[in-house]
Amino acid sequence: MNMPSNTLLEVDRLAVEFRTRGGTVRALENVSLALAEGETVGLVGESGSGKSVLSFAAMGIQDAAARITAGAIRFAGQDLLAKKGAAMKALRGREMAMIFQNPRVALNPIRQVGRQIEDVLARHTDLLPAARRARAIECLAEVRIPDPERRYAAYPFELSGGMCQRVMIAIALACKPRLLIADEPTTGLDVTTQAAIMRLVRELSAERRMATLLITHDLGMAREYCDRIAVMHAGHIVEVGPTEALFAAPRHPYTERLIAATPVGAASLAELAAIDGNLPDLRRNDLPACRFAERCPRRGAECERPLALAPADGASATHLIACHRPLTAAATEARHAAFA
Amino acid sequence: MIQAILKRLLGAVPAIIGVVIVTFVLTRALPGDPAAYFAGPAGSTEAIEEIRVKLGLDRSLPEQFVSYVGDLVRGDWGNSLTTGQPVLAEIADRLPASLELTLVGLLLAVVVAIPLGVLAATRPGSWIDHLCRGITTAGVSLPTFFTGLLLAYVFYFLLGWAPSPLGRLDPYTTAPDFVTGFYLIDSLIAGELDTFVSAAKQLILPAITLALFVLAPLARMTRASMLGVLSADFIRTARASGLRPTTVLFTYAFRNALLPVLTTLGMVFSFLLGSNVLVEKVFAWPGIGSFAIEALVASDYAPVQGFVLAMALLYVLLNLLIDVAYGLVDPRARLEA
Amino acid sequence: MSATPSAATPATPVAAARPGAVALWWRNLCYVFGENPLSAIAAGLFVFFIVLAALGPWLVPYDPLASHVGDPLSPPSAAHWFGTDALGRDILSRVIIATRLDLGIAVAAVALSFVVGGLMGSFAGYFGGWFDRISTRVSDTIMAFPLFVLAMGIVAAMGNTVANIVLATAIINLPFYLRVARAEVRVRRDAGFVEAARLAGNGELRVLFHHLIPNILPPMMVQISLNMGWAILNAAGLSFIGLGVRPPEAEWGIMVAEGAQYIVSGEWWIALFPGLVLMLAVFCFNLLGDSLRDLIDPRRRT
Repeated sequence: MNMPSNTLLEVDRLAVEFRTRGGTVRALENVSLALAEGETVGLVGESGSGKSVLSFAAMGIQDAAARITAGAIRFAGQDLLAKKGAAMKALRGREMAMIFQNPRVALNPIRQVGRQIEDVLARHTDLLPAARRARAIECLAEVRIPDPERRYAAYPFELSGGMCQRVMIAIALACKPRLLIADEPTTGLDVTTQAAIMRLVRELSAERRMATLLITHDLGMAREYCDRIAVMHAGHIVEVGPTEALFAAPRHPYTERLIAATPVGAASLAELAAIDGNLPDLRRNDLPACRFAERCPRRGAECERPLALAPADGASATHLIACHRPLTAAATEARHAAFA
Repeated sequence: MIQAILKRLLGAVPAIIGVVIVTFVLTRALPGDPAAYFAGPAGSTEAIEEIRVKLGLDRSLPEQFVSYVGDLVRGDWGNSLTTGQPVLAEIADRLPASLELTLVGLLLAVVVAIPLGVLAATRPGSWIDHLCRGITTAGVSLPTFFTGLLLAYVFYFLLGWAPSPLGRLDPYTTAPDFVTGFYLIDSLIAGELDTFVSAAKQLILPAITLALFVLAPLARMTRASMLGVLSADFIRTARASGLRPTTVLFTYAFRNALLPVLTTLGMVFSFLLGSNVLVEKVFAWPGIGSFAIEALVASDYAPVQGFVLAMALLYVLLNLLIDVAYGLVDPRARLEA
Repeated sequence: MSATPSAATPATPVAAARPGAVALWWRNLCYVFGENPLSAIAAGLFVFFIVLAALGPWLVPYDPLASHVGDPLSPPSAAHWFGTDALGRDILSRVIIATRLDLGIAVAAVALSFVVGGLMGSFAGYFGGWFDRISTRVSDTIMAFPLFVLAMGIVAAMGNTVANIVLATAIINLPFYLRVARAEVRVRRDAGFVEAARLAGNGELRVLFHHLIPNILPPMMVQISLNMGWAILNAAGLSFIGLGVRPPEAEWGIMVAEGAQYIVSGEWWIALFPGLVLMLAVFCFNLLGDSLRDLIDPRRRT
């Protein structure tokens, strides 16, 4: 794969497994993804497709049962998987930060929010307590929280969900990280708050030229906020490309179905198509090379051959798919022209 | 904060009323006719009638209740037939001994149980987790009076490490001047180190006996609560922020895990105060428990009723303290109060 | 300890038991035993104690009440496996014969609080209103006492008999059953299958007794087995301080009390054996309780 020269995060052929009582779950396999500085990339897919597993692995906070069996993760040229615990912890929260869904339960319920920001500052900076407090209040102001001095002493239960998410963003951005991973940051918030939070994330990312990985199952949101989009299915990245190209001419059948299943893409509810079948059981030993094959209307004999991401025919070099029988650009463009 | 505490105090009022009603009912349910009982086996019919009037037993139950409550408030909890002393004075005299034993027992249990529970929760499946499991299941199965005897046999009779299990001090030591009634503290205040050592030696076996019994619920709750908290979303946030493991464990996980443990402490106190009676009997500990047992054996009921009431009030008070402590740890509880 | 009532856990309605339910239950049973071999030991112990309680009089080597069947205060020997006490009674025989009384007291007390507490709790949970308020108040008042102390007070006031030991133990156990039953009925009160039964023209009482109460039995059973050990401990504790059972009757608590004065002079066997057997019995019931909870409510496996 050709990488842009200013690559910040690079996930290279990563494989992650979970050993469970019921068998080994092959949660990620051969996953490659790169983020350049200042770029916002969307990671989309159904629940259970491995989006969070990927982001947790990148942050080094994966579950104890998770094992990285192959591949590499590089951040600003450093091999993250080779880093010892302490070195990795020093990176987390300072260079790379993460915000989560359901902000109300993602904050310590019995600690003042300002103190929670200070905890991060105390860990990663040499600020003295008084300066830490001032900086924490500044962080609250940066995420547009009104009256930050007073809100410093608030507990999460005293704040709305949107406010809690702002606090979480303040915690994540307190040390001015170069990479922000936002794991469904608007899940659990009401619609107007969702938009406000996403605008805030976009503004702050632009201001600081911060790379942002937005994990979401909301294609409309990904389309609105992301430069590029990666589509995940059952632990594989099946398609990755510039947002507009991907929406205008999805080449992987799964992406095509996903877009058709989203209100943004379909003209009417009648045209909203559900995706047949479910994600395959990732504990199976006989998982096909293409994990979408069993749900795919276009599958053929060649679909059992090994598969890797490669530039799609007739698309730009940055538009990659993992499919033996992709849709042709012309066909999908014609269909989607109707909704454009 | 003061306001919150006052509100909690008010919240304890129904419990106190309930306790007083129950003890009243228990007093009136004395076996046979209390008047005949107080008149003694030789009492004539007139004498019994006289006592009946004197005790107010001829009046209606509500009237009797009012005068009962009046007596309680005035500090008249009746007299012990065996010692002839007012019950309240006897209880006040012996309470420090019981409290000292109970609190040291609780302290020992907490000091062992909480780290054990935390370690078990942070290393699930490890030997310490299995140890914790074993202790929690075995611990609740121990009859306190039996463990007490066993400890006395091993450490006094076999090994000779502990003094003879009789009372709070060995016979050659005199009690320190009364300040708090806790010998450990009073002896230090008086600067009598020998007395302190003697008191500590006497205290250690009964305190361990108590601790062994309440260790189990505490460790079990700490482990369960810690396991729950460690998988909470905010712990993941803390880890994603790169906070040090110790910060995550103590500032984030442990303080949150403490809340259910505090709630359990109410139940633990119930067990402690109950087992205290048994342990006092085993170690001839001169507290209110052995006082009540002596009275029970002598069919002397006023001290028994006084003991039940005192224990219940003490328990209500302890629960109140737990509530206040809970409010200190959990800001949400402060708001509700 | 674990007697704290569980948060209500709605389970599959019993009435709608699927054909695979037995198989599933069996699988769970195997899982519980396989995962925790102690459960199997506990089950074995349980059978052992039942046999002792049922066949005690035919198993004893000596008359448990007869003095001087051996030399007083003789240590364990081939003739007297557990030794003899100060009156020369055979301790093994006394320990065996006491099983029936100890378990009997606990079973009677637990059964009483199960029935009374379960019914009160079910009514309170189903109908709410004044009955709910009163029964909640009653249970709160009981819980306002250190429970063992309350039991002491009750026995002291009502009279020093075995029946009153049972009653006192039942009273202090009552709140646990009341709370579990109330919570379990409340969460199911408006469930679909209850609504369906009501719409089918069943009266409220019929709905409660035929549709709700069968469904709260599993959590109540767990409560019973978790409580049994504690009930045995309480009853033995009361006899230890001289309440209830009178000498010369054999009972574990009282036997430990009788042996207490000899332990400091080295005659350990008088208190040790009844104490050990008591401990074993309580341990057995606590283990069974844990296993039963795992079996009935697999989500709470810890």
